[in-house]
Amino acid sequence: MSIEVRNIHKRFGDFVALNDISLNFEAGQLVALLGPSGCGKTTLLRIIAGLEQADSGLVTLEGEDASDASVRERQVGFVFQHYALFKHMTVFDNVAFGMRMKPRAQRPSKQQIKDKVHELLNLVQLDWLADRYPSQLSGGQRQRIALARALAVEPRVLLLDEPFGALDAKVRKELRRWLRKLHDELHITSIFVTHDQEEALEVADKVVLMDHGRVEQVGTPEEVYNHPATPFVYSFLGSVNLFHGRVEEDGLRVGSHAVPHAQDNFTQGSEVFAFVRPHELQIITDAGQSQGVAAKVTRVLSFGVSARVELEGLEKDSHTTNDQHFEVELTQAQVSELALVAGQIVRLVPSKLKLFDRPGYVPADSASIRGLNASSDKVIGKVL
Amino acid sequence: MSTLTGTTRFERNPATREEKWVKWTLLTLSLSFFILFLILPLVSVFFEALRRGWEVYLLSITEETALAAIRLTLLIAFISVPLNLVFGVSAAWLIAKHDFRGKQLLTTFIDLPFSISPVIVGLMYVLIFGANGWFGAWLLEHNIRIIFAVPGIVLATIFVTFPFVARELIPLMQAQGRDEEEAAIVLGANGWQTFWYVTLPNIKWGLLYGVILSNARAMGEFGAVSVVSGKIRGQTNTMPLHVEILYNEYNFAAAFAVASLLAMLALFTLIIKTWVEHRASHPAAAHLLPPEINPLSIQKSTT
Repeated sequence: MSIEVRNIHKRFGDFVALNDISLNFEAGQLVALLGPSGCGKTTLLRIIAGLEQADSGLVTLEGEDASDASVRERQVGFVFQHYALFKHMTVFDNVAFGMRMKPRAQRPSKQQIKDKVHELLNLVQLDWLADRYPSQLSGGQRQRIALARALAVEPRVLLLDEPFGALDAKVRKELRRWLRKLHDELHITSIFVTHDQEEALEVADKVVLMDHGRVEQVGTPEEVYNHPATPFVYSFLGSVNLFHGRVEEDGLRVGSHAVPHAQDNFTQGSEVFAFVRPHELQIITDAGQSQGVAAKVTRVLSFGVSARVELEGLEKDSHTTNDQHFEVELTQAQVSELALVAGQIVRLVPSKLKLFDRPGYVPADSASIRGLNASSDKVIGKVL
Repeated sequence: MSTLTGTTRFERNPATREEKWVKWTLLTLSLSFFILFLILPLVSVFFEALRRGWEVYLLSITEETALAAIRLTLLIAFISVPLNLVFGVSAAWLIAKHDFRGKQLLTTFIDLPFSISPVIVGLMYVLIFGANGWFGAWLLEHNIRIIFAVPGIVLATIFVTFPFVARELIPLMQAQGRDEEEAAIVLGANGWQTFWYVTLPNIKWGLLYGVILSNARAMGEFGAVSVVSGKIRGQTNTMPLHVEILYNEYNFAAAFAVASLLAMLALFTLIIKTWVEHRASHPAAAHLLPPEINPLSIQKSTT
């Protein structure tokens, strides 16, 4: 079933949770609502489910206006972050609950309910737990039971609120692969909320990036990762190095350093954010090099397939006067060739730069910039 | 559990152990207080009641006015406890699961009966429903008797026992949150089904506990009831009032005999309360766990 939300606004007191959200979810797709906590993604999901009322705006389910429809009429399946299983019921009773609550005329027979429950428990591969209570299950098992329970009423759409948020890293990874597989079998329109970019990019057909109650970008995982539309998206997806600079004739000026840059659709003298992915920075150890930002090596992490080098800028950030931290990703071979040691002074030259306008000299209050006014080290540290 | 409890471990560890005399002083102090103020009076009630033998005891509690007092007390409890159950659950549900203007005010007002002296409560009702009260003339005209009759006693009892159920349930319901109710609604349950199949099973032990306390207070209430009842023997005398009257008439054996019934009710309440607390802390699910299944092995085979 297709879902459309149009011009959704929602406030909690003075806090604007959703600011004019319009989105279209195509039938059969698995879409991720991705964003930092407090960006409004859960509120949007709950508005679609009917658990929350929008201040204004429309929710359309399969072309029909559902804004005033009750939760029961919307026929959605909802999976809660903390499972919300009925503690006093067995797994079987939990899954059967939705069918048993139907009006007598629509209620399936006892045998039908039994068959359906076992079918669903087999689907989530937990049929052997039918007689257990939720307290006797692990977190991963509980979430799979919660999913089976949501599917039991044959919902037209499945909504998952941070479904793996309360699980440990290993179980998370397994469950999200499993969720993708399940979605490929069932093809039910699904929306899931997450703050984990890796999860969103790996599982979803389409990713909706949100920040401060606004949609920043919508696209396939490849689109949003390779072509971030806003500074927020660039910094939220994967780790990134940020420079504050000014466009000049020969390139970009960052503090007292010059960085080569070829992109020419920025007028000279304009203030910009410049983003560089860790693997797009080169480390130059040659003392004669005049281009690039000077930095001091603080740590070399050479384990795993690729090595990471952490550095500290010699100059403070010209814009925020905070210390500048950089992260460079290299191959193991490059690291041993460079023979870097902590404390060494090197220059960083980007092979590719992505620029975004920084409107004026004053910190702008547009939502997309807000997250970046803080120090640049906040941007780094989100490792994909 | 085979492991030591926190306190035992604390005590066996020489590093955290207190000096012996500290422990014994505390123990002696609290035990003597306990005996002097709790056990001794309780024993004395039964002792005084049986002082003149079984026959007098039985006669005192089977005598006409005593029986009437017992019947009235049971009737009052029978009416006020279910009403409080309904009021208490709805108030707790409203406060714990909904946000609305004036919620804080309502929460404060629920505690009002705890902070007002019961005698004042009785006087309030006399002021409203009494012959010279606000509605007195109208009630007299229509021949409705509230003060010095059973309805007045019921009203006073409800007022005094109102907070017990609600107070017990509000923190419990707040702690449980709305998740399970929301899950039920999304699964298609209507309001009543949600309450009956999801909310109620989750609060049943707390509710039972509140009802027990409410019942004990309803049967034992003296102050408020004494003002509104008029103390008409055989008609508006509850058990606590009957005890007082007998005592004032120097009929000690009979007074203590009826008092012993109330004391037994108190003991019975305590036993039920302990049992409820025990059940509530050991949920039903734990008993159904087959002994051969070790919870740890379930965790391991999760994935």
